[in-house]
Amino acid sequence: MYGNDFAPEEDAPGGGLLGQVEAAEVALREAAARTREAAPAPGEDPAAYFADVIDADQKIEPRDWMPDAYRRTLVRQIAQHAHSEIIGMQPEGNWISRAPSLKRKAILLAKVQDEAGHGLYLYAAAETLGVSRDELVELLLDGRQKYSSIFNYPTLTWADVGAIGWLVDGAAIVNQVPLCRCSYGPYARAMIRVCKEESFHQRQGFEILHTLSHGTPAQRAMAQDALDRWWYPSLAMFGPPDGDSTHSAQSMAWKIKRFSNDELRQRFVDMCVQQAEILGLTIPDPDLRWNDERQAYDFTQPDYDELMRVIKGEGPCNRQRMEHRRRAHADGAWVREAATAYAAKQRAESQREKVAA
Amino acid sequence: MNGPFEFALALGDDALVAAQRLGEWATRAPEMEEDIALANIALDQLGAARLLLSYAGELEGAGRDEDALAFLRDDREFRNCLLVELPNGDFAMSMVKLLLLSAYQVPLYTALAGCADERLAAIGAKARKESAYHLDHSALWVKRLGDGTDESHRRAQAAVDQLWPYHHELFTADPAAPVDPATLRADFDAVVSPVLAEATLTRPATGWTPGGGRDGVHTEHLSFLLAEMQVLHRAHPGAQW
Repeated sequence: MYGNDFAPEEDAPGGGLLGQVEAAEVALREAAARTREAAPAPGEDPAAYFADVIDADQKIEPRDWMPDAYRRTLVRQIAQHAHSEIIGMQPEGNWISRAPSLKRKAILLAKVQDEAGHGLYLYAAAETLGVSRDELVELLLDGRQKYSSIFNYPTLTWADVGAIGWLVDGAAIVNQVPLCRCSYGPYARAMIRVCKEESFHQRQGFEILHTLSHGTPAQRAMAQDALDRWWYPSLAMFGPPDGDSTHSAQSMAWKIKRFSNDELRQRFVDMCVQQAEILGLTIPDPDLRWNDERQAYDFTQPDYDELMRVIKGEGPCNRQRMEHRRRAHADGAWVREAATAYAAKQRAESQREKVAA
Repeated sequence: MNGPFEFALALGDDALVAAQRLGEWATRAPEMEEDIALANIALDQLGAARLLLSYAGELEGAGRDEDALAFLRDDREFRNCLLVELPNGDFAMSMVKLLLLSAYQVPLYTALAGCADERLAAIGAKARKESAYHLDHSALWVKRLGDGTDESHRRAQAAVDQLWPYHHELFTADPAAPVDPATLRADFDAVVSPVLAEATLTRPATGWTPGGGRDGVHTEHLSFLLAEMQVLHRAHPGAQW
């Protein structure tokens, strides 16, 4: 899961659904099939070569020359995305022990496990840019790199697990689908895989809420309460409004980013309205209405001051999430050291055997 | 344990309580790969628990499904062994516990795969492959921890010292059961002894053999585990999820 709610100067592209992921996958294969020089000709300017690749909608690969700023932007974006997957395990992991049926417990465990898997692919994608996972994890633990701010909200009831699936994963998909066409090959490929799994998670979240909203009055109230609390933070996942966003035309030019925050937010709202109707739940926005002229819904913006406070560390769970991650890392240090020591002994052993033989 | 109902219930409870404890590791594992592995193992145990409890419910014929058995029984009605309900402790404790459990479950499910009851045989055939992975995984970690650093050795030995007495309960004779647990002991020893030796760990010399789980007499820990696991389900009687 991943939004665009890291910091005011940050933003990333997004928008669409599973069909768009599949289209991106086809485009990726076609691009790979198109004949193109695999490297600049001798004497050719690497920057011109890079520009040609971007213009031709081909992918930049790890071996290719790239501008330093392109590399830095990608490292930061992919790392923050990876951190979000890892921190995002916490709010949902909070309900594994109390899931209300064995089937729901199994689905939730599998989902939290998928998120760990997404974190790992993304760290691996970042590593192709010349940084190590250990360095990136240090940046997270030191608070020098951020994760998606949505995970600084608490999961207070079981319905929150459904709301995270439906809204937070839904917003993440809208944000991530365009990343399947990102100009950096390893990131685009990781995104295709991640989006397919996320869309599965979104359906599961929707189904949790559907069951609750068609259940007992207490379950219905639980579902509505979750929507009331998660709606605006989910809208804020797309980042600040375009007018306040210092988003670089550069990311657009590099084809890392393809849509603005407000375009993606609108796409998300339009997608959710009908789904909320099917759920029989009320989106907590009295001004939400169809605008025939714009062919889109008018809606109330989230509280961006609140978003800024949460980004700064003053959300309900920022401290808790970081402490939890740091504690797990610190508590595991002796285990990682043991694994390293054991592997070294095994290597020394096999060396001795070779020498003896 | 006696008949097939009690037998399926006991095995299902072992798997369910083990899954609940393993699930507590989610987001807390010592490395990210291990978060994935532990969730996998928890999912396998949970999957086996669901099959076993569903079948137990059918055998009982009183209309209880997997959720009724998991969420609406009190600790005195659970039939799991004490080993699985003990708190996770540190990673060494959890890996030694998983080693003992899976070294019992592999021969158990293997024997079950050949038993006369078709449903139990099918469950055994599926679960033994999963348990074989759990055994590989935990054995590798016990070796790494036992023969890693001084600190990891100390922790692994402490885990063996604390958990070893609880394995006896797993092999209490029950000749009427579909598989008599007493017949599994040799397989268990053949697997565990070399792992401990390679890990430079020693078995404690103690005659203490705690038990009672199969009769519903548990440690103080189980009631807390169930309180957490059952709280939401019980708060909404009759609700669907």
